[in-house]
Amino acid sequence: MERMPKWADVILTPLISLALAFGISALVILAIGESPVEALKVMVEGALGSSYGWGFTLYYTTNFIFTGLAVMVAYHAGLFNIGGEGQAALGGLGVALVVLALPWPHWALALPAAAVGAALFGALWALIPAWLQARRGSHIVITTIMFNFIAAALLNYVLVNLLRPVGSMDPASARFPAAVHLPKLSDMALGLGVEWGRNTPANVTFFIAIAACALVWLLIWRTRLGYEIRAFGKSEPAALYAGISPVRITVLAMLVSGALAGLMAINNVMGEAERLMLNAVEGAGFIGIAVALMGRNHPFGVFLAALLFGFLYQGGGELALWTSIPRELIVVIQALVILFTGALDNMVRMPLERLFMALRRKGA
Amino acid sequence: MDFATVIQILDSAVRLMTPLLLACLAGLYSERAGVFDIGLEGKMLMAAFTSASVAYATGSAWLGLLAGIAGAAAMAGLHGLASISFRGNQLISGVAINFLASGLTVLLGQKIFGLGGRTPSLSGAARFGEITLPFADTLRPVPVIGPVYAELISGHTILVYIAFAMVPLTWWVLYRTRFGLRLRAVGENPASVDTAGVSVTRLRYAAVMICGVLCGIAGAYLATGISAGFVKEMTAGRGFIALAALIFAKWRPWSALFATFLFGLMEAVANRFPNLDLGVVTVPSMFMNALPYILTVIILAGFVGRAIPPRAGGEPYVKER
Repeated sequence: MERMPKWADVILTPLISLALAFGISALVILAIGESPVEALKVMVEGALGSSYGWGFTLYYTTNFIFTGLAVMVAYHAGLFNIGGEGQAALGGLGVALVVLALPWPHWALALPAAAVGAALFGALWALIPAWLQARRGSHIVITTIMFNFIAAALLNYVLVNLLRPVGSMDPASARFPAAVHLPKLSDMALGLGVEWGRNTPANVTFFIAIAACALVWLLIWRTRLGYEIRAFGKSEPAALYAGISPVRITVLAMLVSGALAGLMAINNVMGEAERLMLNAVEGAGFIGIAVALMGRNHPFGVFLAALLFGFLYQGGGELALWTSIPRELIVVIQALVILFTGALDNMVRMPLERLFMALRRKGA
Repeated sequence: MDFATVIQILDSAVRLMTPLLLACLAGLYSERAGVFDIGLEGKMLMAAFTSASVAYATGSAWLGLLAGIAGAAAMAGLHGLASISFRGNQLISGVAINFLASGLTVLLGQKIFGLGGRTPSLSGAARFGEITLPFADTLRPVPVIGPVYAELISGHTILVYIAFAMVPLTWWVLYRTRFGLRLRAVGENPASVDTAGVSVTRLRYAAVMICGVLCGIAGAYLATGISAGFVKEMTAGRGFIALAALIFAKWRPWSALFATFLFGLMEAVANRFPNLDLGVVTVPSMFMNALPYILTVIILAGFVGRAIPPRAGGEPYVKER
């Protein structure tokens, strides 16, 4: 017997967890002597109040969709991929190598190639922890954490010693040629005769991210591989009994996960910075954890959660600009969302289950 | 490389390994009791902030140390609540604690001191001073033993000696006391401990709180011992290196001492020689910095001795009814 109705499980529990997370965030703002209402107003105004704000919000959203989907796919296989940060960083390296290797005539040719490069490098960076987990039983959480640090060191070395143009002091690659400049959403709006979001980084990658949501949904719920991934994540012995190879599923799920994290690089490296810089990921890999947890590991949920975090990220920047609240407030909110929707899930769930059981007994 | 340089590098390694050793032993208690802890970093960071703030306000490093322990213990309590009482995912809870500490320290620091997340720099009694052991100056002229005693063994803060004393103490507690036996048992097979009439919950909370106290000392050492005040993100991944050292040491106290010394030495060498010239190849500093992580992955892979974690690690205990 189900302990509580499906709607309570899918909608009510996460909403209560979120309300708790945001309630405590409001208390934190009060504690540092600011007004939560004022802060929210500044954030909404700055992130959603103008097309300029939206242009940044959607740019961040794009990053978080990719990293959120990455965490989500691994999670369905019962794996906690905490290495999105490193995989996205390596994805950036893939993009830079592809873009700088050939004189691309047009962005429409360069984009698919760069996407393949990004996905390939991200996937390869996830392959080693995946293989070690599958074959040698090394805990994937620990190995992916270690790989984040190794990726940072590797990127630092590559940028300083190999990709840095002669005479430049910056640890960054050369600028990408103008021909591979990805169309910004603002350019596309201008093409339609609308003035929208001038000088904002949101670009065509946003649509790729939405397509990725749809494809991941198809993969997880409409293909044989997706079925195997879910079966493996639910119960390893049962999957094994059904003839599903744990090694194959662990490796494939992590390859998809790493590729998704790597794909983020076409947004931040190719779409925005237009060169590879140190620390280009800026923690988006970790935000993916919060996004996946909050999105209940469903692509549509991930999209909504990514939008919320895009709003928080842009709003947090505005807060730091206009008030005395530092942008680290966003890190606190992110922590509380992870805490309440992830680790303290049972705190909300257990009383709710008891409540519904009691209601049912009364009804019967 | 002459003898004086070697002594200097070793001395620097001892300073750098101290927070690693404390955090590593902290993780050892928690994980031996079956509670995974990837929040060592966050606990240390929180402790560094609270200790530096209180040490600045009161002018006493000792009160700072107490505040550091309280700060880390509060985080440990949260971890216990999530992973023991509410049987949540211990890894997710650890991730949340790392972010919470990273955000709260800057938010509170900016509110209290207005220096962009730093605390004002500490001086005098607000820091732990270096202790000169007896006869250090008398023995100094003696060849070899003199410099080793005067430079390497003497002249550290009290927290360094506490950290080293924690190693035999932890060994004794774990392997020679009833509490230690139960603690190890609860990490391997909690049901058997429960059957024997001992509370799994209470034991795990005890382990998690000891972890908090040790992380508190580690954080206080970072902010009031090795440096003079708190700086944003000052733990800089040390919590994760400690975690790596814990795996490297296969969850054993004496091995933890050697693992953290090794990692401390690597950091000291990387600081001293940014580009280590070995004649044939030049080792870039990035490689030295990444080496602890690479070594841990190799150890985890089981190619050089296998690291097997406590069997019940990561699993919340559900009492049979």
